Amino acid sequence: MPNFNQIRAILSQKTIGIAGAGGLGSNCAASLLRSGVGKLIIADFDTVSDANLNRQFYFHDQIGEIKVNALRDNLLRINPFASLQMHAVKVAPDNIDFLFSTCDVIVEAFDAASEKEMLINYILTNYPEKPLVAASGLAGWGSAESLRIIQSGNLYVCGDGEREAGETDPPLAPRVNIVSNLQADKVLEILLKDRF
Amino acid sequence: MKIMLNNRAETIEGDVFSVSQIMAIKSFKFRMLVVRLNDRLIKKEEYETTLVKDGDDLKIIHLVSGG
Repeated sequence: MPNFNQIRAILSQKTIGIAGAGGLGSNCAASLLRSGVGKLIIADFDTVSDANLNRQFYFHDQIGEIKVNALRDNLLRINPFASLQMHAVKVAPDNIDFLFSTCDVIVEAFDAASEKEMLINYILTNYPEKPLVAASGLAGWGSAESLRIIQSGNLYVCGDGEREAGETDPPLAPRVNIVSNLQADKVLEILLKDRF
Repeated sequence: MKIMLNNRAETIEGDVFSVSQIMAIKSFKFRMLVVRLNDRLIKKEEYETTLVKDGDDLKIIHLVSGG
């Protein structure tokens, strides 16, 4: 098995796109950066709010900041030499090419199911060869063993596929973190496949 | 016919079904779905007309909010 420097030598050449910087995207970004991924392209239009702090990789003194700006600051504290391309925009079919066409792997990290569907359909239609790691079903607590990855070709969907987040079944840090790290781990698996 | 549905072997009485019919039989109830037949994306407007045959690999993946 390879050592960390050998792993990092490969990952440092890779670019990962992350669509959304909420509970999934912010935590996935931190894990990918810690693992040595060379470049992250992250897009989100939202600002940090008090309600985000139960699961997202932000801090209380960042409430009100644009998420991608706050996330850049936090990621640079992990690695001040990180190559980060942050976009404070709403991801939509008319900017996906511009944002993510250069990425080796794309991570779907939205909250709303309709946006998940939009990105998945766009990538499967326009970039069928590009690996896409999505998430669905992570609300509440417990049943961690139901969190898994379904693969179909280059599409990977992490989560339980059932538990929708809402007023009465909110997303909480442990399961959101598990799923965001299932995504990060799948990205590493894709990038390191057949390399050692 | 025998198909793989979401990685599980399923036997459905009959020879050919549309994707919509299989969704009804298996009571898939979520609105947001990704459907892949033999790793090919099937769009919503194709659910009625796309036929699933013996030996096919069908994936019907729920997309629910949360992130």
